[in-house]
Formats: sequence, C-alpha cells, structure tokens
Amino acid sequence: MALSFLARDRTIAAPGYSRWLIPPAALCIHLCIGQAYAFSVFNLPLSKLIGITQSAPDDWKLTDLGWIFSIAIVVLGLSAALFGRWVEEGGPRRAMFTAALCWSGGFLISAVGVYVHTLWLIYLGYGVLGGIGLGLGYISPVSTLIKWFPDRPGMATGMAIMGFGGAAFIASPLSVWLMARFNTPTHVGVAEAWVCMGVIYLVFMMVGAFLVRVPAEDWVPEGYVAPVAPRRLITTNHVFVYEALKTPQFWLIWAVLCLNVSAGIGVLGQASAMSQEMFKGHVTAVAASGLVGLFSLFNMAGRFIWSSTSDYIGRKNTYFCFFALGAVLYALVPYSGALGSVALFVFCYAIIFSMYGGGFATVPAYLKDMFGTKYVGAIHGLLLTAWSTAGVVGPVLVNYIRQYNIDHGVPPAQAYNVTMYIMAGLLVAGFICNACIGAVHERHHMRDGADTRDEPAGQTAAVGAK
Amino acid sequence: MAQNNGLKLFLAWTFVGIPLAWGVVQTLLNAIRAFQ
Repeated sequence: MALSFLARDRTIAAPGYSRWLIPPAALCIHLCIGQAYAFSVFNLPLSKLIGITQSAPDDWKLTDLGWIFSIAIVVLGLSAALFGRWVEEGGPRRAMFTAALCWSGGFLISAVGVYVHTLWLIYLGYGVLGGIGLGLGYISPVSTLIKWFPDRPGMATGMAIMGFGGAAFIASPLSVWLMARFNTPTHVGVAEAWVCMGVIYLVFMMVGAFLVRVPAEDWVPEGYVAPVAPRRLITTNHVFVYEALKTPQFWLIWAVLCLNVSAGIGVLGQASAMSQEMFKGHVTAVAASGLVGLFSLFNMAGRFIWSSTSDYIGRKNTYFCFFALGAVLYALVPYSGALGSVALFVFCYAIIFSMYGGGFATVPAYLKDMFGTKYVGAIHGLLLTAWSTAGVVGPVLVNYIRQYNIDHGVPPAQAYNVTMYIMAGLLVAGFICNACIGAVHERHHMRDGADTRDEPAGQTAAVGAK
Repeated sequence: MAQNNGLKLFLAWTFVGIPLAWGVVQTLLNAIRAFQ
C-alpha cells in the first residue's frame, strides 16, 4: 500500500529514540491548528473585498462572516467525537497526516472562495474541512504523549495544548504581515495570504506527522516503575471508548470542563470592553487590546504550568484549585471596579485566564487517570463536545446578562457585576461536580489482553456466571 | 545514538521554539506599546 508508512506499526520507535522528540511533533500540529483563535483578524478585510476601503453593498456582512469560526468550532467537537476511535486505533501519524491535509486544504478552498467571492466555499473550506482538521489534529497527539510520559502525563499533554493556546500569537502577526504583502489599492490580499498559510501549515504539520512515534508495547522510561496496585483515582485498567459514556465519571468530567470553560470563555471575548467600561478614563481601547494580549499569555502559560502541577498534586486537587480560587477571583472583580484598582482587575483576570487554559490542558491526564491509556485520545475527543457547548453557553450568558442589566438602568461600569457572581456560581457548581468524581467501577474495565472493544469485564463475568 | 538524538532534539525544538518565541515577543511588545 502506498500509504502504509502512515500505519501505527510503521511508527513504533526504535530502541534509543528520545521521547522528548514527541512534544515538538505535537507542537507542530497544535501551533498550526490553534490559528483558529486568531481568525478574527480576517473578518474586517473579508467584509471589504469589493469596497476595499469600506464595505460595499455586495460585500459580506460581519454577522455572516462570524459563522465561519462558529462552524469550524462545532465541526471540531463533532469530528473529535466521531473520529476519536479511528485516531486512536490508526495511530498518530495517520491522524496528523489527515489533519494536515484537511487543515491546509481548508485554507486553499477558502482562498478560492475569496477569489470567486462565494461565501459558502469558505464555510465548506475553513468551516467544515478545516474544522475536521482541527478536531483530528487536536486529539491526535494526546494518547501518544501520555504513553511516552507515564510518569508526567499532565506536563506532556500540557506542552501540546499550550501550543494551541500560543498559536494565535504566531498566526495573528503572520496574517497581518501576509495581507499587507499582497494588499494593493484595488485588492485585499486575503486569498493570497490564505494560500501561503495553507502551504506553510501543510509543511509544518507534515514535519510533526513524520517525527511522531509510538512507544513499543513493553517500553517504559528509564528508572520508571509503574505502580503495581492502582491508586484510588489513578487506574491501571482501561475502559473502552463507548463504555466510558456509560460511566458517571465521564459526564462529571464533561460538566467540570464545560463549567470551567463556560466561565472563562464568557469573559474572554468581553475582557477588552469590560476593562474599558469598568475603568472609564483609565483604560483606553489601545491599552485594553494590550491587556487582552497579556491575558492570552497567561492563558497559554497556564496550560503548561497547571497541567504540570497536576502531576504532583493530582488532577482532582488541580480542578479544586480552579474552582475555589476562580470563584473567589470572579467575586473580587466587581470589588476591583468599585475600588478603581486596575492592578487588582489585571491580577484577577490573569489568574482566571491561566486557569481557563489549565482546564483544557489538565483534562486529558484526568481522563487517563480515570479510564486508562488505551482509548484516552478517543474519550478526549468525545469530551470536546463540552467545549463546543461552553462556546455557546459562556458568551450568551455574559452578553445577555449585561444587556439585561443595561436595559434595566444599571450603569455600564456595574453591568458586569451580576455576570461575575454568576460565573463564580458556575465554578461552585463545577467544584461540586469535581467532588463527586470517584474511581470508575470495575464492571466498565476491559478484559486483560483481549480485544474486548464492546464488551467490558463486568458483562463477560456475568455471562460466565450464568 | 545519543549524539544523533541530541542533534534531532535541537533541530525539532528549534523548529517549534523559534516561531513560538517570535509570537510571544510580538504580543509582549504590543502589550507594552499599548500601555505607553
């Protein structure tokens, strides 16, 4: 077969292969697909393709353009959930290779869409095809990293997912620079910028796909002794991907992620406006954009720092920190406004955003602790539907509550207070969900050695008893 | 093998590290500029 080099058994590492080559392979993927966070830099240029300096009547509206990102994020969740098992069983190289083709193909189709001024081609290209690339790419390195770093799974997945958070730092200035290169008085350079980005991302992601290896079945890191007996919240068993859906632990972790992300994502999009309205005269629009950049750095750093910390204090305790500390900090934000203390506001938000990122990065290791390593990538794919849900719930909550307050005569500077208390309430709910998480019942575990995909141990034992 | 790994590690980390560091520096510079 021409594509046999993509097969899992062709990617098994030779003895002596350094496991520290896997995080850069994962970063090659996440640093590309995380561009999605910077897509908004194209919105304004896309709305002036005909009018060039200002929108013409036939130009696309910003409301129509907003759907491109929304479709991509929804397809991310769906494809991660649908193709998770395919990713897990086919190995990381096949998944990364396919993700690279989808992601860069999405850019190229969208460039054609810009060239012929057909919006549905962009929905199809960046939204659907790119969204599939996002979903496959996001989960493709997760279980490989966990298998290479059984001693520090949080740190390993944190490094990759940090790349997703940091990708916007690269994509945003790169997009602006490329558009400026191809911009003329009669032409907006979006199509050419997308062709360049599609090619750059294809090359970058292919490097990751060819660098990645899976460890041999009996491989363990030097000096590492696997725990013989399972600790209460770290299993040594495995749970089949669809069996995980039948456990309360999956849905509790789903709620934990959804609530943590809802609280963060809700204020992420509003941070600029919120800082300007709460500190009128002190924080200008330019300063607010600088603040947002600063918060994004904390979002990225938190992904690595919190997930690495979770290797020492445990996943459950890490989420307890997010929820307890987060609730206190959200409740402090209105107080910072009342005091007029920009420093307190920035401090609260910096920590909140670090924990928002930390929530994403710590969850793969939490799943590994609960469900084992065999299908952790696929289970992580299913869990990403929590992200899609939070992406709708969070911003809607913040926007509608703010609007409701303003419609009822609350001054803009105080309009966010109720929202902050509701966000703190979400985190308290998350704290309770996290507290309810216990070890997975052994009836959900797979049988030793056998390929028991749809048949957990409990059912087999029951059949045997009969 | 160890020497070969060392070179590979250097190249792989440089390949991902340079763009990431460039992006972080750009963001920091923008943030500093915004406050000036």
